[in-house]
Amino acid sequence: MSTQHPNDDEPVKKVGGFDIRFVIGGLIGVYGVILTLLGIFNASEEELARGDGFNVNLWSGIGMIVAAAAFVAWARWRPLVVPVKDLPDHDD
Amino acid sequence: MLQASDDTFRLNADFFDYSIVAIYFIVVIGIGLLARRQVSSSIDFFLSGRSLPAWVTGLAFISANLGAVEIMGMSANGAQFGVATFHYFWIGAVPAMLFLGVVMMPFYYGSGVRSVPEFMRRRFGTGAHLVNAISFAIAQLLIAGINLYLLATIVNRLLGWALWVSLIAAAIVVLSYITLGGLSAAIYNEVLQFFVIVAALLPLTIIALHKVGGWQGIKDKVVGVGGTPNSEQLSSWPGTDLTGIDNPVLSVIGLVFGLGFVLSFGYWTTNFVEVQRAMASDSLSSARRAPIIGAFPKMFIPFIVIIPGMAAAIIVPEIANYKSGSGDTGGATYNDAILLLMRDLLPNGMLGVAIAGLLASFMAGMAANISAFNTVFSYDIWQQYVKKDKPDGYYTLVGRIATIAATVIAIGTAFFASNYDNLMNYLQTLFGFFNAPLFATFILGMFWKRMSASAGWTGLVAGTAAAVAVAFLSEDAFGSASLGVIGLSGQGASFVAAGAAFVVDIVVSVVVTMFTRPRAEKELAGLVYSLTPKESLVDPEEKSLPWFQSPTKLAGIGLAIVIVLNVLFR
Repeated sequence: MSTQHPNDDEPVKKVGGFDIRFVIGGLIGVYGVILTLLGIFNASEEELARGDGFNVNLWSGIGMIVAAAAFVAWARWRPLVVPVKDLPDHDD
Repeated sequence: MLQASDDTFRLNADFFDYSIVAIYFIVVIGIGLLARRQVSSSIDFFLSGRSLPAWVTGLAFISANLGAVEIMGMSANGAQFGVATFHYFWIGAVPAMLFLGVVMMPFYYGSGVRSVPEFMRRRFGTGAHLVNAISFAIAQLLIAGINLYLLATIVNRLLGWALWVSLIAAAIVVLSYITLGGLSAAIYNEVLQFFVIVAALLPLTIIALHKVGGWQGIKDKVVGVGGTPNSEQLSSWPGTDLTGIDNPVLSVIGLVFGLGFVLSFGYWTTNFVEVQRAMASDSLSSARRAPIIGAFPKMFIPFIVIIPGMAAAIIVPEIANYKSGSGDTGGATYNDAILLLMRDLLPNGMLGVAIAGLLASFMAGMAANISAFNTVFSYDIWQQYVKKDKPDGYYTLVGRIATIAATVIAIGTAFFASNYDNLMNYLQTLFGFFNAPLFATFILGMFWKRMSASAGWTGLVAGTAAAVAVAFLSEDAFGSASLGVIGLSGQGASFVAAGAAFVVDIVVSVVVTMFTRPRAEKELAGLVYSLTPKESLVDPEEKSLPWFQSPTKLAGIGLAIVIVLNVLFR
């Protein structure tokens, strides 16, 4: 699957490929949602006392959702580009 | 260290924690499957096709090292020695990483070699190459076994699975993602692991600090080993407790020359596990940036590793009792500091993230050893000395088989490791034996064109012999086998052994070179500084890069920050 455009002088680049930033954002985001929900619905008095009064799950969860959003935004803002001319001639 | 033979304590993981860990494992295997689609040649498999951006290889560079020793060991050191532990990061890692990026990487990447031993062969011929390739391959198998053993002991302690079940389960997960995706899968997982570790340790650090009353609380409550008030716990210099050298001046010299120069430069600049990650970069300037970018998180990791350790020695009763030498320790040692802190502070859910982070880091440590092993085995041993001139696909296949064999052997060396309480410490010392002379030979070979091939291997052998001799003469570097002739113990002994290895290697190399013929100059282009055209040491695009992508400017900023950190925590 070549994306070569014959009438383009710029080195042709293909967008996409495997971008680890989406995976990082996805995993941290899923963790963030699970922890936030646990923090809202499942925080026992005993756990709150253990966390020295902090609702650890809630705040960590919110932090992770923010971090995940930042990763996805970064990956969208600067998508992965692979210069096609440098690639050896193989397709995946 | 890290024994799990008895049921001293368990983390009470529930359904949510297990789910979080399970999600992590699914993603890890998924990355292996995705990375597999990109593997179409041996360069893809062993060096990720030299296609990865610098921030990915930079994070993988430090993640490969962020394994069991780093997290358990450095939080344990934090609990025991306090602020002096920062030396392992700010003196013992960052300067060497910057040096690798600025000075050495152009030779590695620019010469097109695929491994550190291959550089050795091009510079010094087969004698030094064979010594280096074989000792490296054996060391990787032993270290992979230790990582695997630590991984299995954690699984055993967390989940209660039998040790051998934990061992095999852990080995299968690591094996599946490396055989599938090669180095790319290992590197991507290392990057992912880095963020999971931060997600786990950062909240833990914040809560622990809050509980202890902030940095002021640590200052007020910290005590020395044995329960004595001790200001040494709060200052990094001269670090006499850490080095075991009583004289403060000698202690500083030991830290700067032994740890900061010989040991750390030897480890970070010649250890192929690390260098391989930078070599997978997409351009020379990315390869140079990889260790330099890695140096920035490396400066700040100690805050989420050492500070929890220091806090644990105050707020976790077992660790506090162990440190003061009185009261019930429940069988815990410093090594358990971070696990006990997790048990005491984290609710279910966050606990699962922390367990996933720890498992991730131990797996990554093993994966890094195995992926470096299979490259050196396939290219430097099999292709060089056993079967030359086969098609490329043949060596990728050899690499896959080597990976499986290495994993099976690692299960064996893991059982071997389980027989020793303290193998980790010895291995750290052994590391100094091989890396310190290797660094001496490299640095001399890179800057002195006359250095001969015979000097290459004789220097290595003599340097290693010198380090072994010092370890035997010290009080405890080889445990009871040490003779105690020199009054050195603990870290001080390994610093001096490494220093001796370095000096002897240089002296022997110089003397042997005087009596042997240098190699023809035209064979050394790209390998020796004075014989390499200056243009090929610098990426042509580097001039047009903005300041935050220029390796030398970034390195300068890194150096400035690490000096400021040293001053702040002196």
